[in-house]
Amino acid sequence: MKVILQNLTKVFPGRGRKAKEVVAVKDFNFEIPDGRLIGLLGPSGCGKSTALNLLCGLLQPTEGKIFFGDDDVTQLAAEKRGVGMVFQNYALYPHLTVRQNILFPLENLKGADRPSKEEMNQRAQEAAKLVQIDELMDRRPAELSGGQQQRVAIARALVKMPRILLMDEPLSNLDARLRLQTREEIRRIQRETKITTIFVTHDQEEAMSISDLIVVMKEGVVQQIGKPQDVYDDPVNLFVAKFLGTPPINVFYGNVRAGRLYIGEEAVLDVQGVPDQEVYAAIRPEGFELKADGRLTCGLNRVEVMGRDISVVSAHACAESDSIRSIISAKNQVDASAGSVSFDIRPDKIFLFRKDNEERIRVSAG
Amino acid sequence: MEKKGLKGWLYLLPAILFLGFFLVYPLIDVFIYSAEEGYNFASQTSSGVGLYNYSYVLHDPYFLQAVKNTFILVVVTVPLSTGIALLISVGLNSIRPLRNLYQTVYFLPYVTNTLAVGLVFMILFKRTPYTDGLVNLFLSWFGRGPVDFIDGPYAAKMFVLCLYTIWVVMPFKILILTSALASVNQSYYNAARVDGTSKLRIFTRITLPMISPTIVYLVITGFIGAFKAYSDAVALFGTDLNTAGMNTIVGYVYDMLYGSSGGYPSYASAAAVILFVIVLTITCINLIVSKKHVYYVN
Repeated sequence: MKVILQNLTKVFPGRGRKAKEVVAVKDFNFEIPDGRLIGLLGPSGCGKSTALNLLCGLLQPTEGKIFFGDDDVTQLAAEKRGVGMVFQNYALYPHLTVRQNILFPLENLKGADRPSKEEMNQRAQEAAKLVQIDELMDRRPAELSGGQQQRVAIARALVKMPRILLMDEPLSNLDARLRLQTREEIRRIQRETKITTIFVTHDQEEAMSISDLIVVMKEGVVQQIGKPQDVYDDPVNLFVAKFLGTPPINVFYGNVRAGRLYIGEEAVLDVQGVPDQEVYAAIRPEGFELKADGRLTCGLNRVEVMGRDISVVSAHACAESDSIRSIISAKNQVDASAGSVSFDIRPDKIFLFRKDNEERIRVSAG
Repeated sequence: MEKKGLKGWLYLLPAILFLGFFLVYPLIDVFIYSAEEGYNFASQTSSGVGLYNYSYVLHDPYFLQAVKNTFILVVVTVPLSTGIALLISVGLNSIRPLRNLYQTVYFLPYVTNTLAVGLVFMILFKRTPYTDGLVNLFLSWFGRGPVDFIDGPYAAKMFVLCLYTIWVVMPFKILILTSALASVNQSYYNAARVDGTSKLRIFTRITLPMISPTIVYLVITGFIGAFKAYSDAVALFGTDLNTAGMNTIVGYVYDMLYGSSGGYPSYASAAAVILFVIVLTITCINLIVSKKHVYYVN
């Protein structure tokens, strides 16, 4: 099911007499292609959960429209939209068994839509099998681990064959190991069911690793939409560049003078056609190339060997943060006792942003 | 270890002394009284030990009337007051404007003096040489003759007593139930809504099970409270309840001790023990039944 968001806006009235109203989602336009896994990504308070609640109908938009396929569902109540929702705390009914929980949405159906008892049981069994909890059907939620509860919640959302599946922070309540495992699971389930799935997360790694498309949000405004790799390789502003990637991108205060980018007094890059100005120069950790007479010289703090890679932690007076982390191949030899280290910068791994509005400055190739 | 134990008992001493003196000792004493035949209050002597007191009480028509009254009161008021309180709480929980005002209004009877409430009911129901009372005025509009609710037929009196009891016990139940309802996690309701659950089904399949421990608590305390009813009847029908035919078991016990025909601690004790057995039985049944149907969040 294709989902179209048109100028979607949600404004919450301020609390108290003089409080300002809060714009949780502002002018959200997006056409979600059918059968994809979409990650809504942003720091907490950026409006991503609000966007999800608008989609499932628990909130009514202040402005704008929502289409599922060709149907305008903007005015449709949550119960009539046919969406499956996995809540952050799973919201499994604690007094019902796993089976009863999964059957619950089916038992709500009325009239011609209502399947027979055997069909209900069969569908519940299938949904349980899909998420691999078919052996826990008679337990209660309290007797399950966090990961198993998560699966039950997904099965319950899937059993009614929703038009779209929504997940609110599906992995945030799981421990690190289980998180890795479960995100693969979500990817697999989405592939098998081919249901358009939208999930919300504040963890960029989570979003990058399994999404077909990611939507990066900040303060209610969509910053960038695209394939994870494209957004990573081509961020539109400093916020997106900083938000994606582990270790995070290294930001320097730089200057463009006469077609050259200076960090401190060193000219690190040729940037033809860019007018002279102060800029932010952001370099991905993998954008550093170790070179004895490299253009950028940093004070060396320490070297961390991580098997495949070496992580060089250094410092520079013009860097925004105290330490600069660069990832280089383990083939390189770094003398940890040396006082400084020099790099060349890979032109495709450095991005320039305007000092005033933090928008990207495009540098023409060559 | 030995010393530690002693210290523990020392901490418990005030409570043990207090409870022992005012609770355990009288309790044992009641059982002893109830078994002493021919007890003389003045000489503090008895003629023997046996079950005569029980036999007397169980054959006393006043006691049987009191048991009947009490059972009717229990059976009518506990389910009704709990049910109505539940409906009102659900209503309160789902409205936003003026919620606090309504909550205050519903809670007012709880802080109102029992006798003052009794007076209000008198004005509503009592016939005097000057007026038939407010309720009879309403009845006359529908062409029904005046009914004497206070001194008249048994059914009318019982009706007033039940109404009064329900009205008095309701506020507490509403208070407890509204807080129980408010503590149900909103996400369950959100999940149910997204799954297209009807309002009725949300209520029966989610709300009720979630607050079932509270309901059980209210039913059990409601049963016990109704079995112990006395002051309500006095507030409505005066102190001579036996003549009015509206006595309760506790009222009977009191009358046997201090009433105009009183001075029989043995009979009073026997009646009290019978009441104790009844309440114990009912409470056990309540607990057994509820265990099957109640979900407790661990």
